[in-house]
Amino acid sequence: MSSALLDVRDVHVSFDGIKVLDGLSLALKPGELRFLIGPNGAGKTTLLDVISGKTRPHGGQVLFDGHHALGTPAYELARLGMGRKFQTPAVFVSLTVRENLEVAGSYRDRGMDLLFPARARVRELLAQILEMTGLGAQADRKAGLLSHGQQQWLEIGMLLMQKPKLLLLDEPVAGLTRAERNRTSDLLHAIRDRCSILIVEHDMAFVRQFDATVTVLHQGRVLVEGPMSLVEADERVLEVYLGRVEDRAA
Amino acid sequence: MTSPESIPRVRAAAWYLLAALGIMAMLFLVPGMMSAFRLNLLAKYLCFALVALGLDLAWGYAGLLSLGQSVFFGLGAYAFGMYLKLESAHGQLPDFMGWSGLDVLPSYWRPFGDPLFALLVAVGLPGLCGALLAYLLGRSRIGGVYFSIITQALAFMATTFFIGQQPFTGGTNGLTNFATIFGHPLKDAEVQVQLYRVTVLAVALCLALSLWLARSRFGRLLIALRDDEQRLRFSGYNPTLLKAAVFGVSGGMAGLAGALFVPQVGIVNPDSLGIILGIQMVIWVAVGGRGTLIGAVLGAVVVNAAQSAVSESFPDLWQYGIGLLFVATVLIFPGGLANGLQSLGRLALRAAASRRGEAPAPAEAAAELVRA
Repeated sequence: MSSALLDVRDVHVSFDGIKVLDGLSLALKPGELRFLIGPNGAGKTTLLDVISGKTRPHGGQVLFDGHHALGTPAYELARLGMGRKFQTPAVFVSLTVRENLEVAGSYRDRGMDLLFPARARVRELLAQILEMTGLGAQADRKAGLLSHGQQQWLEIGMLLMQKPKLLLLDEPVAGLTRAERNRTSDLLHAIRDRCSILIVEHDMAFVRQFDATVTVLHQGRVLVEGPMSLVEADERVLEVYLGRVEDRAA
Repeated sequence: MTSPESIPRVRAAAWYLLAALGIMAMLFLVPGMMSAFRLNLLAKYLCFALVALGLDLAWGYAGLLSLGQSVFFGLGAYAFGMYLKLESAHGQLPDFMGWSGLDVLPSYWRPFGDPLFALLVAVGLPGLCGALLAYLLGRSRIGGVYFSIITQALAFMATTFFIGQQPFTGGTNGLTNFATIFGHPLKDAEVQVQLYRVTVLAVALCLALSLWLARSRFGRLLIALRDDEQRLRFSGYNPTLLKAAVFGVSGGMAGLAGALFVPQVGIVNPDSLGIILGIQMVIWVAVGGRGTLIGAVLGAVVVNAAQSAVSESFPDLWQYGIGLLFVATVLIFPGGLANGLQSLGRLALRAAASRRGEAPAPAEAAAELVRA
């Protein structure tokens, strides 16, 4: 367990008495790519909120790279190497693509440093990430003018500027066209050896494009965990997705 | 033949030259062109421009709308007014304290006999208050309209407090009857010209500082803060510290403006801390064009000049005038004067270009102007 980059233990969250996470445990190795699937309301986004410091659980423990993550402010977690992508793309719409990336890459600079141009190291990384995300031609456009898909790639690019150890992506292909999904898939394949990635996803076809472990969440607990081929064949998973759950009748 | 990279450099040099010429004209030509009375009014508008500049950094860039910027302005004005009062009293007890039944100078008043100390407090205290306020509100995640309401409540509290502390603040009358500054009589026209010049320099320096801040990565962080505070937090920044920094700078500029205002206007009273002035300050920035800095300076001068012009002839009409001006700005030119002028300039350039048959017809450009 100590070799895990992310270690979520027995986490409980409830909103207005409704249990959203119910003793959930999950561990991620360094460099691992993991998908998190499950029906609506299974607690996927809430889990990301807990890990990234947005939601405080009622019980349990989260260790990130040896640090106790619970109670640590979100900006501290980001500095420790955690990058979080939101479900609807969150970029700075009044800034250009280049400025967005620069802001994301500058958090190590403090105070007076911010009054001077970015270091060469940041500028090199920026050029590299513009290339990877395919946004080079858009570099000087305002992010608010980008298409939905381009904004999604920009946000992933911003996370990469942080040189993260762990990426938390919430439905990165929601609302994208087939062609855009394929580009996102290529992008994720290209970065998967840079860091650990935890992806919440609804789109099974998209998940199948990766050779990765899949964790199925149901009612705030881990239902099944394994490669996609096994998960898809699992009787319990089929039941959950088809809605025939025995305890709903109870 | 100039290389493509040198064009922006040439353009920047041209701007610097223009700015330097403008400042020189303001310093040496304008005082000879105006009566002492008009020059004094212009100096007052420039003090307000300094406030507008700070407000634009906080509101136009970081999205923190302060309706209580007058509090910082008033604090600066009172702090420097305390120096003027002590200097004018020549070691005696200031007049209003005697009328209010005090017979010794309160101990915290004593260091204000030193003009440098008074100036430091006039800039530092509003700066610290601004930073602390933004820090506390930011830490409690109070933002948006709630932030504005609290700053307005602060203006109300400050006014009430300063009126209530008659023996120490002069109450409703405030601080007035100043005679000298650094030993020179304030009524002297030459002293007023020098004060005007100091104000011009202060505006020029603060404008340069603001432009530098706004164009640095710090400025982009402020815009990022306005666009999406949560994204910024998850990108490894503490938004609370950013808010404290920009609001501190903004408060400091308002305080400096207050300190320059007092010797030129000759009085500071609780109205200088009040809600009405606080709202007017926001209107200056809105009319000038927020997020442009130059627009804030322009807006403060133009609106106040209009106020003087209108109220000289029709004293009762100005209140309607400023209301109409604000509504018209929001409805017709949401970008304010600065953006309006910029669009007009672009329109003219394009009209000239289309006459040479190079660019879209002016009708299209005009449509764009209306959209902007």
